[in-house]
Amino acid sequence: MSKPSDLVQGTLDMLILKILALEPLNGWALSQRLKQISSEVLGVSDGSLYPALHKLERRGWIRAHWKASENNRRAKFYSLTGLGRKQLEKETANWNRVSAAISGIIALEEA
Amino acid sequence: MDIEQWLYSLPARGRSFLHPGQVDQEMKEELREHLEEQIKENVRQGMTPDEARRSAVRMLGGITQVEQQCRDARGGSLGADLVQDLGYGVRQLLRSPGFSALAILCLTLGIGANAAVFSWAEGILFRPYPLVAHQERWFALAGTARGGSGAEDLSWPDFEDLRRNCSLCEDAFVSKITGSTLSVGDHAERASGSIVSANYFDAIGVHPILGRGFGPGEDSGSDSHPVVLISYQMWRDRYKGDRDIVGKVQRFNNVPHTIIGVMPEGFYGTFVGWAIQFWVPASMEETFESGGYKLEDRGARWIEAYVTLKPGVRQSQAQQEISAIAARLEKTYPATNRGRSLGIWPLWQTPFNHAGDLLPTLEVMVTVVGFVLLISCANVGNLLLVRSLARRHEMNVRLAMGATRVRLVKQLLTEGLILSALGTAAGLLVAYWCRYALVLLLPTRSGMTMYLPGQMDARVMAMSAAVCLLVTLMVGIIPAFETRHLDVAGTLKADACGVVGARGRAWMRSGLVIVQVSLSFILLVGAALLLESLEKIRSTSPGFTTTSVVTTGVPLVAAGYDNPRARIFQDELMDRLRALPGVESAAFARITPLGYGTFSETPIVVDGYQPSLEEKPYVEYNQVGPQYFATLGIPLSSGREFARADDENAPLVAIVNRTMVTRYWAGADPVGRRLQVKGRWARVVGVVADSKYESMRETPMPFFYVPLRQDFVRDPALNIRTTQSLATIRAALVREVHALDGNLGLYEMITLQEQVNRSTSAQLVAVTLVSILGGLALLLAGIGLYGVMSYAVAQSTRELGLRMALGAGAANLLQLVVSRGLRLTAAGVFLGTAAALAVTRLLGELLFQVSPHDPVVFGVALAVMITTALLACLLPAWRASRTDPARVLRD
Repeated sequence: MSKPSDLVQGTLDMLILKILALEPLNGWALSQRLKQISSEVLGVSDGSLYPALHKLERRGWIRAHWKASENNRRAKFYSLTGLGRKQLEKETANWNRVSAAISGIIALEEA
Repeated sequence: MDIEQWLYSLPARGRSFLHPGQVDQEMKEELREHLEEQIKENVRQGMTPDEARRSAVRMLGGITQVEQQCRDARGGSLGADLVQDLGYGVRQLLRSPGFSALAILCLTLGIGANAAVFSWAEGILFRPYPLVAHQERWFALAGTARGGSGAEDLSWPDFEDLRRNCSLCEDAFVSKITGSTLSVGDHAERASGSIVSANYFDAIGVHPILGRGFGPGEDSGSDSHPVVLISYQMWRDRYKGDRDIVGKVQRFNNVPHTIIGVMPEGFYGTFVGWAIQFWVPASMEETFESGGYKLEDRGARWIEAYVTLKPGVRQSQAQQEISAIAARLEKTYPATNRGRSLGIWPLWQTPFNHAGDLLPTLEVMVTVVGFVLLISCANVGNLLLVRSLARRHEMNVRLAMGATRVRLVKQLLTEGLILSALGTAAGLLVAYWCRYALVLLLPTRSGMTMYLPGQMDARVMAMSAAVCLLVTLMVGIIPAFETRHLDVAGTLKADACGVVGARGRAWMRSGLVIVQVSLSFILLVGAALLLESLEKIRSTSPGFTTTSVVTTGVPLVAAGYDNPRARIFQDELMDRLRALPGVESAAFARITPLGYGTFSETPIVVDGYQPSLEEKPYVEYNQVGPQYFATLGIPLSSGREFARADDENAPLVAIVNRTMVTRYWAGADPVGRRLQVKGRWARVVGVVADSKYESMRETPMPFFYVPLRQDFVRDPALNIRTTQSLATIRAALVREVHALDGNLGLYEMITLQEQVNRSTSAQLVAVTLVSILGGLALLLAGIGLYGVMSYAVAQSTRELGLRMALGAGAANLLQLVVSRGLRLTAAGVFLGTAAALAVTRLLGELLFQVSPHDPVVFGVALAVMITTALLACLLPAWRASRTDPARVLRD
């Protein structure tokens, strides 16, 4: 079993933060949303989602609370903290900067 | 991590720490929930329930794996990790019991030696008095003489003035050691006691469990308050724990004392070296001290005292005030106090008990056990290093399985912690057993055993815990360092074939061995220097004969003899003694040199000698009987010995030593000249050679003698020069004493050589301890060297086989291995020599007429080291020489 590469892992954190910024979700719903949004391109396995969630919780970027899910079962919902929001802004800005640069380089190559 | 993030992460960390079980449970529940949703989803897509479950688990990637990854991600499961690591570590250690036992044994020795020395230092120097409060604010109080270096006793009036006037002192109290014979006859039993000021028990905060302490005013007057408190031990052993003991009467030095109280168990008084068994108020000093009534005599200096400073007061501040008080006393009472001042010392430097005797030894010991600890750490580190190489495969697998390097290092440190914790536990046990070891090394005196226990208190425990952590770091960090070389890809690469003397990773093991060799070389040099000093001390002549002279005494005071009866008894005993076969001569003396007692000191005036304005000549003296110099073999260079005619009715006479002649008569023969002693003129009748008086290390000092009869004491030492054995002469003497008085016994009888040996016991202690630890260090270094060489040989069989196939003989291979071992040793000795040259002067006053750089000593240490190294290398070298090239190269 290999770990996702650093790029994907960092990206996974950002994606989770981004999705949770829209609305609090539980793990299952989050995994479905991830697949849906990323069109399964990034190939985020469910196996790496949960450790990532726990890591983010530990860092204080998200927090968890238990409440009833859509089908009325107890589920663990994650939502963004203030710190998480800042982190998301930072990562988004960073991402934009990096992807712009990379796009530029790729454009150069094709020219 | 910045503060904000730290704050945000607190809830998650806190929960992980406080409710690890619940957090784990929730995490499992969450995963189960996910799994069920996935199964439902799969079923919806048309899978069979069985298929749906398998697929869901596969998609998640294994439930336990994900669970563990979540735990790792939370990281907060510190406790769980630790428990896991501990369990794993214990299993690892159990798997190789030989290795574990050796490692733990090494650490036990290293840590145990440290804990023992800490506990001795605590029990002797820093917190010597169990049950006593505020010892950290205690300071010893003693007199000083201008121009003199040491401390002297105090007079009672000076003490009282100081106590009244010292505003920075919370209290000041007197505690002067004394002794008494409790009963006479064949079972003469000595007890050590303290003469104390009335405020003593209040000042030290220890109160009797039965009866009362001393009341104010009980320390004034002449023999006016015959009351006594006894120790718990004396109450239990001598009085069988009698609940009605208070009010009963016990004779001390034949004076009836009323027992007014019993002190609590575990209180041994306040004198380092002896367990005090009774306490009497200062008003009873005449019964216990020679020299008559001294409480109003400012010139009589006889007490030892302590001050307790107020909280927050520094020693220097208090010393300033005390010096000022002493200066005022000097001005007010010039006759007695000219040139005198007062000083305070922290407890561990107390000038008047045995703390001072052992201070240099303990200082050296702290350094020595530090070395031993380093050596044993290096040894265990080396063992772990060798094992970590054997475990590289395991480590690589764990890395490949997703363990982080930090986690591996944690695991290694945990294993180090297990080893050092076990070593510390065993070491504390060793230290506990060694509590009384110092006493075993010290001689008994007049039949009493000294009391110098180690103290295993919270401070010692904390210190040992700190050592344990330090050891954990030292032994854990070495293999952890090795994980640098790990890489997943390298797993399948064959272990590089070693070469004897190869560079690379071997440098660390070699480095550790070099450290071990150099440290143990330093200890060897230290032990050899101390041994040489002891030899010098014991072979230096004290200025009197030691082998054929024995010394003892008869407890006349305790038996109730007054002065006239004592004089008659002494004369009669002397006559009977001299008639005994084998007795060449015999003489009484108040004190025999180098014994336990201290000599009296007196101001003197010498006819024709004009002291400078500042100088106030004080000289120590002894009271001796006829034939004293013949008995001790001290040569008389001019004049005559004392005779029996020099008694209380005859004119006062004195005999002086050579140094005194040089100092006060400019070397001219003083026989017939006058000397004023204690205000009365005496005529000098003889000059004797210098000898040692109080210590083998002292430089020649002025000293004189007066006839015992002209300055009488009832309990003098009895010295006998004899050709008989000790047992024979003792039996004969007991017969003669019994013939005179059937109730009398004898004090312990020893040869003067034994007396000299006892006076150098601090050296003996130092030599013994440093030698034991030096030997231990040598052994550890030998094991270390052996381990490295064995490993090197085992790793390089291929190279050895190749060499052999190419024509090297067994002798060549033997030489190859031995020379490599000796190279390591040489490097160690080189470093050790450089370090030893720098640190041996720390032995300072423990050395006697030996240079800390003595070349012979260094040579001997070198020879011992090389021999050990050769022995350690021989077995591995022999194994190398037996390499079978055919088999090795085929493998």
